[in-house]
Amino acid sequence: MSSKDNAVSRRAFVALTALGGTLTAAGCGPQAQDAWEFLTSDQARTLKAVCDTLIPEDDYPSASQLGVLTYIDRQLARHYRRHRDSYRDGLAAIDNLSRKLYGHDMAALNASQQAELIEQFERDQRKTFELFRSHTLEGYYGAPRHGGNRDATSWKMLQLDEPPLRGRAQYNPRKEGDA
Amino acid sequence: MKHVNAIVIGAGAGGGIVAKQLATAGLSVVLLERGPWYTAADCRKDDLRNQRTTVLGNAFGPEDEGNPRVLYDASGQVRTVLPSEGGYQNNAACVGGGTLSYGAMAWRYMPQDFRMRSTYGAPQGSSLEDWPISYDDLESFYDQAEYEIGISGDYSPTPFHSPRKRPLPMPPIPPNREFEILEPAARRLGLHPFPIPMARNSVPYNGRGPCMRCRWCVGFACEVDAKNGSQNTVIPAALASGNCELRTGCMAKEVQIDEHGRATGVAYFDEHKHLQTQTADIVIVSACAIESARLLLNSKSKLFPNGLGNRFDQVGRNLQGHHYTGAIGFFEHETYDDAGPGASIAVMDYNHGTPGLRGGGAICNEFIRLPIQMVDRMPPGTARWGLKHKQAMRQYFKRNIAVMGPTQQIPSADARITLDPTVKDKWGLPVARISGNVHPHTFDIGEVQSHRAEAWLKEAGAIATSRFAGRPTMVSSGQHQAGTCRMGNDPHSSVVNRHCQLHDVDNVFVIDSSVHVTNGGFNPALTIMAVAYYASESLVSNWKGTRFRS
Repeated sequence: MSSKDNAVSRRAFVALTALGGTLTAAGCGPQAQDAWEFLTSDQARTLKAVCDTLIPEDDYPSASQLGVLTYIDRQLARHYRRHRDSYRDGLAAIDNLSRKLYGHDMAALNASQQAELIEQFERDQRKTFELFRSHTLEGYYGAPRHGGNRDATSWKMLQLDEPPLRGRAQYNPRKEGDA
Repeated sequence: MKHVNAIVIGAGAGGGIVAKQLATAGLSVVLLERGPWYTAADCRKDDLRNQRTTVLGNAFGPEDEGNPRVLYDASGQVRTVLPSEGGYQNNAACVGGGTLSYGAMAWRYMPQDFRMRSTYGAPQGSSLEDWPISYDDLESFYDQAEYEIGISGDYSPTPFHSPRKRPLPMPPIPPNREFEILEPAARRLGLHPFPIPMARNSVPYNGRGPCMRCRWCVGFACEVDAKNGSQNTVIPAALASGNCELRTGCMAKEVQIDEHGRATGVAYFDEHKHLQTQTADIVIVSACAIESARLLLNSKSKLFPNGLGNRFDQVGRNLQGHHYTGAIGFFEHETYDDAGPGASIAVMDYNHGTPGLRGGGAICNEFIRLPIQMVDRMPPGTARWGLKHKQAMRQYFKRNIAVMGPTQQIPSADARITLDPTVKDKWGLPVARISGNVHPHTFDIGEVQSHRAEAWLKEAGAIATSRFAGRPTMVSSGQHQAGTCRMGNDPHSSVVNRHCQLHDVDNVFVIDSSVHVTNGGFNPALTIMAVAYYASESLVSNWKGTRFRS
């Protein structure tokens, strides 16, 4: 029994350490490129351009501004390990295509060129494009605990209460009335 | 290990009830469950990891690691799938099974649903059949399930509901905004809308409080334990009897058979992956349609070389679930009020009686759409990414209603579970291979149902609609999986008799959705429960008379 307890607390300790590390990295801002768990800094630069083309900034933040890269990078080291090759190959293919069409990597293009490039990539490599699109939307609209949707900003954009007050507001008075 | 009267394999909707009914009747029971028992601390509101949106895995199992299945699609392609991927046809692996995290719609099937062949005739190529029991045989057990599990709702506005002796034990959860929009529209169309019966407390019941109406319901465990499944009703009652021992983390390997063709017990891997043998007088398989069939097929012996109960190659056949079709309506005004569970209103005007169609199904509004579930549910022609998609999310997230329903599938013997010859799970057991499809008439019905859903939304004021009605190339069973150990009178075309007892082995029972001959035009949970109460009663009376000894 005690060895099991030790195992749990070891796991808990590792998890806390990992969380702390990520928070520190996030606090350092976008310059802290060495903090990526899977992506190289070159891949991260291209992926940032891809994500921000899929969800650009308007009155509300872009994908990368809400931590979508953190989300994807973290999952490529965890649940999405099976998609690592798609990211390596897909991001390289996007920059190759970009250099062929515009003479520069995607990150160096203006927004309309980036959108054209992604349209072309969507036609050429549908499967990888869909993967990038799904993961970007997950990071932007999903639960903040996984590194994206920072401060639940996308939920606030959709005018959802966060934290969700309504359910508790309906529930608690009854409980308090009983007490 | 101490000999017991009964082993129940699987602590879900069926197994939990059987364990409780046997234990309270005085039998000693061991309840085996491959997953853990989750607590309120596990009720995490994670939009990306739950039983409904599984992009980062299933919150309540099985885990992606070591639990593959194999899909064999219509084009002959074979691929291995993970539990969190589409096509796996997953149901949760935990105490409570699917009922821990389900949406909790708790329907009675209709009398015709038990007599589909007599009502409509079997289309060529289908295995459409009548149940060997009728709605009347189950009525009192539906009632028992409604009162012991705890169901809220009100059938009185619809004349189509099945005959019943008393109202549901709890009133419906108060209407949300979607209900208020859809209800008058349905009436204008001449339909009979009513609140969906739900295994969810609307008022304090069974010692637990009412639903707090949060947005995380279907796919999630309930934070305030107001959603009723076997894990918070019958299983605690089984344990409280003192006659039931629940063993979690235990994976059944095979039902063991002696040289006389009687079951002696179950070999299973315990939580440390050590192989154990538990002997018992009776074995009840309640692992849900896919895993129950797999366990029987994996239980090979000299007398049953092709799997237990499988002398006539029937185990695993007739896999079915439901064919979901419907429509999404987009509105100029807000339809969203953030009051869970969201699904609130239904019509059962279209379950039966349409000339040319063999059945139909209920049509209901959908549970609350979480933001991530909305990204691909936009009006036709909406950009799929970029600023326009982001703007559309803002414009429509609170201005859409989805209306859909579970079309009753017309079963086919070719839609089936077999054992994959090469792929094994983490215990080294051959995994389920899923192949075939339900009868294509199913999709004709689904098409009509989707038009009906769309018409309802238009009447309710939708300015745009997006209809969905596919013709999938694989059987779609998922959490509603059923049919693989069909109940029937003829051993050549069914696996168990009307008492859920294997035709071939008189002390082995299958009590879960596997025995459903057809699966109704409704979510199946309450019928699984009613059949479990029904089968438990005959099991207990048989036990008291013959003690299952020859």
